[in-house]
Amino acid sequence: MELAIEFNAVTKRYPLYHHIGSGIKELIFNPKRALTLLSGRSYLAIEDISFQVHKGESVALIGRNGAGKSTSLGLVAGVIKPTSGHVSTYGRVASMLELGGGFHPELTGRENIKLNATLLGLRRRELKDRIDKMIEFSELGEFIDEPIRVYSSGMLAKLGFSVITQVDPDILIIDEVLAVGDFAFQKKCIETINQFKSKGVTILFVSHNLSDIQKVCDKVIWIENHRMRAMGSADEILNQYRSSM
Amino acid sequence: MKFNLGYLIDLISVITEKELKVRYKSSFLGYLWSIANPLLFAMIYYFIFKLIMRVQIPNYTIFIITGLFPWQWFASSTTNSLYSFIANAQIIKKTVFPRSVIPFSNVMMECLHFICTIPVIIVFLLVYDMQPHWNWIFGIPLIGIAQLIFSYGVALFLSTLNLFFRDLERFITLGIMLMFYCTPILYAGNMIPEKYQWLINYNPLADMVLSWRELFMNGNILYEKIFSFYGVSFIVLIIGSLVFNKLKYRFAEIL
Repeated sequence: MELAIEFNAVTKRYPLYHHIGSGIKELIFNPKRALTLLSGRSYLAIEDISFQVHKGESVALIGRNGAGKSTSLGLVAGVIKPTSGHVSTYGRVASMLELGGGFHPELTGRENIKLNATLLGLRRRELKDRIDKMIEFSELGEFIDEPIRVYSSGMLAKLGFSVITQVDPDILIIDEVLAVGDFAFQKKCIETINQFKSKGVTILFVSHNLSDIQKVCDKVIWIENHRMRAMGSADEILNQYRSSM
Repeated sequence: MKFNLGYLIDLISVITEKELKVRYKSSFLGYLWSIANPLLFAMIYYFIFKLIMRVQIPNYTIFIITGLFPWQWFASSTTNSLYSFIANAQIIKKTVFPRSVIPFSNVMMECLHFICTIPVIIVFLLVYDMQPHWNWIFGIPLIGIAQLIFSYGVALFLSTLNLFFRDLERFITLGIMLMFYCTPILYAGNMIPEKYQWLINYNPLADMVLSWRELFMNGNILYEKIFSFYGVSFIVLIIGSLVFNKLKYRFAEIL
């Protein structure tokens, strides 16, 4: 089977930049300490994680807050580089933006859709054809031309998801976005995700809602304390996860 | 990931459009500010230097605006792009796109503002019984592209470094003010005492401002100054790109 995502012994450390927050002052008055901080301190986000995801699979990442899920997603999306090890992705990656992320509060829903879709790789022509479908999907009605600072969190989630529906990625990253929409909308989203699946799109899904995971994913990766604890079929791992709580 | 040129152009235009909309969203006069702002500055300087200090330069209004308008393009794009990565933290953390597009859109936006002020220059020329020159058609793009390259290089360099040393923004604000007075904008180049001529001999911004002014006021293209400005611009762009490329993968971590 064709590979979509491959993690090979991936470790990611973040230098603790807030130590140099005081910047030049620190450098001048306390150069020795500043330099050791610059070189030394770091935070280990994920350590030695290896896994493979094949094309068309849908995989969930589970684990407690701070376990390293978002770092893993960032590595797949390509916004950060691993400290050691190797991450390979095959095809176009699109990540569904977090609530409010990528959206500018002063701009209207329509303007935000344009910005967001372009960042996800849509050309102007494609956008023109698809923007009506996005707006229809979002169910926002006349709110679409209001600045999004007046939106409720549910409306923001709808706006964010509506953009994804019209993008055609090979790998789709969905990070904790279904939580706030109303029940009917959540159902619609799950349907959309399943449509992506049937088109052969690889899906990487993060959620704390285990029943959503069961609905969408065939495989689960369990990350605990920055390391991979288990990977396997959704039912099996979710049962282990539940009993460990 | 590779990005094709058509997509880059789409991306730049969408982001530039967004920056423009955000800037003028809640202001009453809106786009008018892009002309009103430099014009108000020009009025202030005119009042102080012509009416109070009585500088003996003929056509002083035109003299000021032909230097000030291009200067503001440079100065605003530099100060705005300092915060550009920080302001767009959310999209940098979540999506992959060439990050250099963000400072570039800033420079482009200020370039558009500058283009909006050219008609103002024409109006003032006509008021003072002077005329636009045919050389403008060739001269404006010639100097404009050099300034675009220069401003983009500076913006890339400073906006990247400012992410890692936030103190930088204090220095930059002061630095730009210093450069403003070290560049012959409010005074003519030949008013500087012999001893301080190096101030404009080694100042690429002086080349820039002097070539704009000569073009706008007399229709002459100062090739020598423009080409030396091109030289400096490319060097600045190369340095800016090197720093940016070295650090760009850390943006998502630090924001």
